[in-house]
Amino acid sequence: MISIDPEVIKELTTKGIRVDHRAFDEYRKIKIETGVIEKAEGSARVEIGGTKVIAGVKMEIGEPFADRPDDGVLITNAEFLALAYHEFEEGPPRENSIELARVVDRGIRESKAIDLKKLCIENGKKVWMVFVDIDILDHDGNLIDAAALAAIAALLNTKFPKLDIIEEDGEKRYVIDYEQKTDPLPVTQKPIGVTAAKISGKILFDPNIAEESAVEGKISMGITDNMIASIQKSEPGGFSIEEIDHIAEIAMKKASEIRAMLG
Amino acid sequence: MEQKLIVDGKRIDGRTFDQLRPMEARAGILKNADGSGYFRLGRTIAIAGIFGPRQVHPRHMEEAEAAILKCRYNMASFSTTERNRPGPSRRSKEISKVIREALMPVLFLEEFPKSAIDLHVEILQADASTRCAGINAASIALADAGIPMRDLIASCSVGVVEGQIMLDIAGKEDTEGDVDLPIAYYPKRDLITLLQMDGMVTREQLKQLLELAKKGAMQVYEAQRQALRSKYLEE
Repeated sequence: MISIDPEVIKELTTKGIRVDHRAFDEYRKIKIETGVIEKAEGSARVEIGGTKVIAGVKMEIGEPFADRPDDGVLITNAEFLALAYHEFEEGPPRENSIELARVVDRGIRESKAIDLKKLCIENGKKVWMVFVDIDILDHDGNLIDAAALAAIAALLNTKFPKLDIIEEDGEKRYVIDYEQKTDPLPVTQKPIGVTAAKISGKILFDPNIAEESAVEGKISMGITDNMIASIQKSEPGGFSIEEIDHIAEIAMKKASEIRAMLG
Repeated sequence: MEQKLIVDGKRIDGRTFDQLRPMEARAGILKNADGSGYFRLGRTIAIAGIFGPRQVHPRHMEEAEAAILKCRYNMASFSTTERNRPGPSRRSKEISKVIREALMPVLFLEEFPKSAIDLHVEILQADASTRCAGINAASIALADAGIPMRDLIASCSVGVVEGQIMLDIAGKEDTEGDVDLPIAYYPKRDLITLLQMDGMVTREQLKQLLELAKKGAMQVYEAQRQALRSKYLEE
């Protein structure tokens, strides 16, 4: 694996140059493909430059949380597959994959992208549980944005499986036919993850893996229609309020461009 | 009928919008730890203990050119209304990570290659802003341990409740509010080293929230400095 010395990246950034000659606010090429896994209720494969991720949505029937008896349940998980990068290892999720999954989850949840009330089957007893599982296939930086995009694209692609409720002797049985897909999942917002990195005191967007080795800090924002729904700063290093405001401004623009690609 | 969270311009606990809960900060509260700190913000209570710099376990985590900072944030099972199941959760792992990253910028880690600084943050009682109280206790503990630092990191949260921006949300404001935004602040460099947000805000609101959070953090900073002064200068 070829790697670029972080010091070289820092020096180039000071001169206003990115290793792949992009403008500071320019994303790499984004590809979105949906419906790639037939067995899933919804799925999407996303590429941002060399980063490749796939998200699959599976649905089950479960019990609601006690404090939200008529809300469906959304659960987001991410796997950093060992085949995606030499530093990823087999085993239970580590903090980076936990953080990524939780950031993607908050983007969807806080923007109220899914109308969870419409996932209620029987108040306080049975609701739809929506599992969004994200596999990182190839790591070339900016995993959060790729994962967030794959997650929302997969949710937009999701259809409820057919549900039959059979009453026998006053007992209800819930039978799911996964082979038959029915109505689309009620997705009302399209939150988009936009990540900025600070290198040599400069702010640039969509860092690739070489740039990530040189970052002081990163900020990821989940953006809906002109609102910020979630923020996460990661990596050591700090940002001024002016820098955060600058990131918010560019993030709004980038999010609309990327959202348009979802169709 | 839902209880309103703002009545006559005051909050449920009587505070104004830009007021922190009562704070209590102390340094050196534990005997065995190399450094320790206590920080209370209203009913939220955090303690932090430092061991190190010391040998790295496991050894493969060792770094040739700097010490590593290891952080474990944990909530006591009795700290919450409903018992908190002991042991690490996905939430606590994420918080441990962001606390570590918030503190690293002020530490001269390069002075202790091949060693580890172990930071343990224990939340004894939780009423919102536990990561903030944890960072505040941790900063005091790091200084108390004699780890060379560029500055203290001070942390607090801001939020939006019933459309109103306010400092240090607590109690019902936390469970029923619309936005929760914790920050950690590095005063000497004017940098925000922890930033997270849940909720929907405009760009303009975000800026206002951050300005207010910075003001709150400066009051925390003063309390932290006073805690260290009273241990080391006035004893």
